[in-house]
Amino acid sequence: MSDSLQQKIQEICQSSNNDRVRMMDIVQGVQKELGCVSSEAMSIIAKATKSHHVEVESVVSFYSFLSKEQKGKTVIRLCNDTVDRMKGCEKVAEALSSELGIGFSETTADGKITLEYTPCIGMCDQAPAALINDVVAPSLTVEKVKEIVQNLKKDADPSKLSLGIGDGNNVDSLVRSAVKNNILKTGDVIFTDNESGKGLENALALKPEEVVEAVKVSKLRGRGGAGFPTGLKWQFTRSAEGKEKFVICNADEGEPGTFKDRVLLTEKFDLLFEGMTIAGYAIGAATGILYLRGEYVYLKKFLEAKLQERRDQGLLGDSIKGKDGFNFDIRIQSGSGAYICGEESALISSCEGLRGDPKTRPPFPAQKGYLASPTSVNNVETLCSATRILEKGSDWFLSIGSRESSGTKVLSISGYCKNPGIYEVPFGTKVFDLLKEVGAEDAKAVLVAGPSGQFIAPNEFSRVICFSDLGTGGAIIVFGPKCDLLKAVHEYMEFFVEESCGYCTPCRVGNVLLKKKLEEIMEGNGQPADLDYLQSLGESVKKSSRCGLGQTSPNPILTTLKNFKPLYEALVKVSEDGMQPTFDIRAALGDAEQAAERKSVLYTD
Amino acid sequence: MAKPKIATASLAGCFGCHMSILDIDERILKLIELVDFDKSPIDDLKKFTGRCLVGLIEGGCANEENVHNLKYFRENCDILISLGDCAISGGLPAMRNSMPLKECLDEAYLNGPTVYNPSGKIPSDKEIPLCLDRVYPCHEIVKMDYYLPGCPPSADTIWEALVALLNNKPLDLPYELIKYD
Ligand SMILES: Cc1cc2nc3c(=O)[nH]c(=O)nc-3n(C[C@H](O)[C@H](O)[C@H](O)COP(=O)(O)O)c2cc1C
Ligand code: SF4
Ligand code: SF4
Repeated sequence: MSDSLQQKIQEICQSSNNDRVRMMDIVQGVQKELGCVSSEAMSIIAKATKSHHVEVESVVSFYSFLSKEQKGKTVIRLCNDTVDRMKGCEKVAEALSSELGIGFSETTADGKITLEYTPCIGMCDQAPAALINDVVAPSLTVEKVKEIVQNLKKDADPSKLSLGIGDGNNVDSLVRSAVKNNILKTGDVIFTDNESGKGLENALALKPEEVVEAVKVSKLRGRGGAGFPTGLKWQFTRSAEGKEKFVICNADEGEPGTFKDRVLLTEKFDLLFEGMTIAGYAIGAATGILYLRGEYVYLKKFLEAKLQERRDQGLLGDSIKGKDGFNFDIRIQSGSGAYICGEESALISSCEGLRGDPKTRPPFPAQKGYLASPTSVNNVETLCSATRILEKGSDWFLSIGSRESSGTKVLSISGYCKNPGIYEVPFGTKVFDLLKEVGAEDAKAVLVAGPSGQFIAPNEFSRVICFSDLGTGGAIIVFGPKCDLLKAVHEYMEFFVEESCGYCTPCRVGNVLLKKKLEEIMEGNGQPADLDYLQSLGESVKKSSRCGLGQTSPNPILTTLKNFKPLYEALVKVSEDGMQPTFDIRAALGDAEQAAERKSVLYTD
Repeated sequence: MAKPKIATASLAGCFGCHMSILDIDERILKLIELVDFDKSPIDDLKKFTGRCLVGLIEGGCANEENVHNLKYFRENCDILISLGDCAISGGLPAMRNSMPLKECLDEAYLNGPTVYNPSGKIPSDKEIPLCLDRVYPCHEIVKMDYYLPGCPPSADTIWEALVALLNNKPLDLPYELIKYD
């Protein structure tokens, strides 16, 4: 490695104060500069940050946007999520591949362009979509990708591509993205006019305990998926022992089919930052971290500028709004392509500059979170709602939604429907009514809450979106009458196998076994007993996994087994002779026949 | 009424599970009051003499002869039991599954430090069964009805299982018999 490169790496480390806690920023910087984090680079980073080579390598090898091997100057990551496949991603993939003359996971001979697949990038309403380095290329067609490749061959800088013009703040000069918001239904809480700053002002007029109380009374529950009561989480964090406390906003949005936080980030950043500030005041934190998924890094400059504006207005920094002793600021931590980092304890690991491994609980983040200090991790939408609660009062919030599920839910609806996009609905809305609204009344199945949620059948479309019935982080994926549901289930199992962090055996091994058995069944080699096997193995994986990923990953199989059993039953048959149809003796003997240079005498063709 | 018949086989196993069958000590006298032994290494019968109620299988399938034998058992037994960890998961022999068969054969017959093999060839006599690409647990080859874990399962476990099966009673093994850590 040349001296100037070595120096460059040292400068990158220096710009993060050689702080190993900021390892993510460092390795991301090096990856950007060098196109990889080579073994040599790891050694330099380890030395500068007083860490170890193996520690740096463990981080680099964990995240899919980081690599030890050199990648092309431009990396095209085509999203191959189930919704994208519904919308023709396979044809686009073929076109990309033939236009570039390489397969997926390959780099062109001149080292310029790398082609890869990536799971959901939060663009399901504009599928098929791809990331070209940081640039989002939505609504792709075969013609479009041909043009893109030709232009990239001329000029490697993807920001110069003309990919269309987005709407809302996507046209801001700091975003300049072709992404569309598709806000198709506004509600009373989030997508409505609000008096900016009022929430924070009201909060600062109260004692922190009273702010916590107001959120508790409003019955606000987490919008990220798990639905934990937000006020209670703030109370635990506030009362936990620790010199410092932290507020983290979870903008990892990795659940396939979810894209509402992306829209909140560009259009409702003020509600969000105000909410984080209110949370900081309520729990007694001076630092907030916005964990922004790697796929949304194109929003980072824009969000940083907005944070600076708030600092300039005295809404962040010391003595906010003149309130003596209330100091609070926010930094942005970007991720690097790992679904598991949406899980709050894995997210904290990632913020600490480590692999995104979930932590053992208890202690919960509210007791010991970021750097072992009490930390409240909240979803983007949760924090936006909290701002509105402080602005308009708990009673106002309670008057919206249903009895036990107050407020509204911002849904990302995509798949088989005429109008995919963002819908803000009060809790208590029926699936059936949603389908009418999005233009998918003949749907065959709806996947509520993404693959970690549940597939429901038409006879359940009268069920309602709320915490006591169909809870959801916001993903609603619709499947049409011609859809091959089991194929989708299989794709989701592939996703979980890929995204499992590998820490615990039930999840690391169990999901592979579930996927394998499903494949046997889909190939027509399954037997009725295999369905019982899927059921009991799925239940074991859920029961014995260490974190939420493994505790929900069998859901695509288990919920289709429950609600779409005939699909499976049509594929399995009893083996009359007791032999396993999956065992192929001829294939099993191939290697030995070659080594012994003779054919089997026992099993001839 | 004729006594039900039992058969046993040792495939890719170490015979430890069969030792454990013999380990039921004097209860073997009781056992032969209850059942007749058919094809088994214990009586050295090579062919089934008739339909059997139970087949006890030790070991997984490492070669074509194991497969052939296992299928022969499936055809002739009403109930097949995977006896021991090798039958259930491949066990120790399956340690070779992490490398290609060719590498194993090369190490064993050509490259190993103590190998003396002037022919420089991997043996290929027709009398020697060909190995499978990997060692398979029995249930991946034929349908298995029950599994008795252990390496080997203790004599008490085997005894309790057989008595329950022959008396058509549910098997209720005490925790100590199936606890392994
Ligand atoms: C595998 C996995 C992925 C998750 N992804 C997200 C996510 O992308 N965004 C999010 O807000 N919560 C996600 N969660 C839930 C978080 O762990 C946590 O409950 C949430 O951020 C808390 O915020 P809330 O109470 O405001 O919902 C995920 C959980 C698991 C198990
Ligand atoms: S359940 Fe899966 S993702 Fe969670 S800790 Fe275990 S292996 Fe990792
Ligand atoms: S399970 Fe144990 S005792 Fe039985 S054959 Fe295998 S190695 Fe031998």
